[in-house]
Amino acid sequence: MNNRKKKSFGTKVIFYGILTLVSLIMIVPFLWMINTSFKDATKIFTFQWIPDPFRWQNYLDVLEKTPFHLFYFNSIYIAILVTIGTIFFGSLAGYAFAKLSFRGSSILFLCLLSTMMIPVEVITIPLFLLMRDLGLVNTHIPLIGIPILGPAGVFGVFVMRQFFLLVPKELEEAAKLDGCSYFRIYWSIMLPLAKPAIATLTIFTFLTSWNEFYEPLIYINSKELMTLPLALALFTDEVGTKWELLMSASVMATVPLLIVFFFAQKQFIEGVSMTGGK
Amino acid sequence: MEANLNTSAQLSLEKERRRKKFIGSEAFYGYLFVSPMVLGFLVVMLGPLLYSFYMSLTDWQLLGDPNFIGLENYQRLTSDPEFGTVLKNTLIFSVGLVPVNIILALMLALLLHRNLPGMGIFRTAIFIPVMTSIVVWSIIWKYMFATDEGFINQILQVFSIEGPAWLYDPKLAMAAVIVVSAMKNVGLNMVLFLAALQQVPRTLYEASYLDGANKSKQFWYVTLPMITPTVFLTLILTVIGSMKVFGQIYVMTGGGPGNHTKVLVYYIWETAFKLFDFGYASAIAIILFLIILVFTIAQWVLRKRWVFHEQ
Repeated sequence: MNNRKKKSFGTKVIFYGILTLVSLIMIVPFLWMINTSFKDATKIFTFQWIPDPFRWQNYLDVLEKTPFHLFYFNSIYIAILVTIGTIFFGSLAGYAFAKLSFRGSSILFLCLLSTMMIPVEVITIPLFLLMRDLGLVNTHIPLIGIPILGPAGVFGVFVMRQFFLLVPKELEEAAKLDGCSYFRIYWSIMLPLAKPAIATLTIFTFLTSWNEFYEPLIYINSKELMTLPLALALFTDEVGTKWELLMSASVMATVPLLIVFFFAQKQFIEGVSMTGGK
Repeated sequence: MEANLNTSAQLSLEKERRRKKFIGSEAFYGYLFVSPMVLGFLVVMLGPLLYSFYMSLTDWQLLGDPNFIGLENYQRLTSDPEFGTVLKNTLIFSVGLVPVNIILALMLALLLHRNLPGMGIFRTAIFIPVMTSIVVWSIIWKYMFATDEGFINQILQVFSIEGPAWLYDPKLAMAAVIVVSAMKNVGLNMVLFLAALQQVPRTLYEASYLDGANKSKQFWYVTLPMITPTVFLTLILTVIGSMKVFGQIYVMTGGGPGNHTKVLVYYIWETAFKLFDFGYASAIAIILFLIILVFTIAQWVLRKRWVFHEQ
C-alpha cells in the first residue's frame, strides 16, 4: 500500500514536471516579449530577466512615433463589424436552412458548404481585381465584406444551422399561431435561444479578424488604414527593427485579446470542441 | 375575342394572386434570409474561382488586356525551377509539421485529460499561442532566434554551445519555422483531442480493465480507435493549413535564405503582388486549389474506411 502510494506520488511529480516544462516553453516567448518591451535600446541583446533600466517610455514612444491609436481603432472596429455581420447573416441563413422549407434549400446549403473548401488564398487575385475595379482597394470594405460573405461567413451559417436544428418545433409553432412573422420568430425567439452558439461564434470571428494578416497585406497601402498585424509586420522593415518598440507594440496588440480570452476561455474552448469535434 | 381577353385577364389575375401568396410565405422568407449569403457565394467565392481558372489561361501582367494563351502558364510551371523549389519546400514544411503537431497535441491531451488540480492553467498556457496573431508570434521568435545575442543562443551559451544563425542558415531556417508553427497551433488540435477523449465511454475502460488490459493496451485498443474521427479531422485540417502557410514565412524569413523557405502561398503572393504577373500567379493558385481539393476529397473517401464508428 505504502509502496503504491509512493509510486503514484513519483508519477505525479513527473506528470506535473512535464506539464510545467511544456507550459513554460509556451509562455517564455511572451514573457520575453514583455521583458524586452521595457528594455533600453542599448540593452536589447543583453540577457536580463528584469530590464535595467526599466523603461515605460517605450510604450509612449510607440504611441507617439506611430499612429498606433489608428491601428488599434482600425483593428477593433473592423473586427466588431465583421463579427456583427457574420452573426447576423449567419444566423439568418442558418435559421432559414434549419427551420424554413423552400425549394432548393438543401442544394443551396451544399453549395455554400462547398465554399469552405476553397482557400481564400486561391481566389485572392480575382477578388483583388474585382475590388480594384470597384475602387475599393485601400479601403476597409474588402476587409469587412469578404470575411462576412466568404468562407468564414459560411462557417457561421453552418454553426448556427447546426444549433437551430436542435430547437424544438413546438416553440415556433406557438409563435406562428400567435401571428408572429418569420423575421419576428427569428429575432425574438431563435436569436435569444442561440446565445451559446453566438458567444462561441463571436469569440471565434473576433479573434480571426483581429489576427488576420494576408488580406490587409493585399488591400491596404496607406499607413493610417493599417490594422495591428499589418502595422507590426511592416514596422519591422521601416524602422530597421527597433526591437524594444516592436515588442511594446506587440504587447499592446496582444493584451486585449488575452483579457477577452481570460474571461471567455471556458466558453471558447467548449465552443471549439463543439464545432470541431463532430 | 372577349372570351380570350377574359381568360388572359384571369391568368394575370391568377399570377398576381400567386405572387401575393408567395410574398410573405415561408418559402419567400427562406429565400430572403439566405439571399445575402448566396449572393456572397456567387460574388466572393464562385465568381472569383472561375475567374481564377480563366486568368490562369492568360498572360495578364496588370497593364494592358489579358491575352488568352491556353495552357502556356502551366507549361511554364513545369520548367520553372523556382516552382519546383517552392513545391518541395511546402512538402518539407507539411511533412515536418503535421506529425509533430498531431502527436504532440494527442500526448498533451492525454496528459491534460484528467481532473487534477491545475489542469486549467496548463491548458490555457498551451492554448495562448493559438490566439496570438501569427505576426506577433513570428516577430517574438525572430527576436528569440537572433544570431549573436538572441535568447536561444544565450541559453545555449550557458551550456557552452555556439549557437548557429538560425534563420540565416539554409539547413536550419525551415526547421525553425516548423517548430514555431507547431507551437503556435498545437493547442488547437489539443482542444479537439480533449473533446474527443471526453466522449469515450467510461464503461469501455472498465471492461478492458477487467479483461486485464494495462494502460498502453487501453490506449491502443480503446482510446485510439474511439477517437479516430478526430485524429482524421485534425490530420486533414493540419495538412490543409500547412499548405497555406504564409505569415510566419513572411515575417521570419521572407522566403530566405536564398529560396529555402519559400512556400506556395508566398510564391503566389510574390508573383501576383510584387511582380504583377497575375496570369502566372493564377496558375500557381489553381495548383494550390487542386492539391487542397485532392485532400478534401480524400477525406470523404477515406473517412468511411478507417474511421471507427460505433454501431
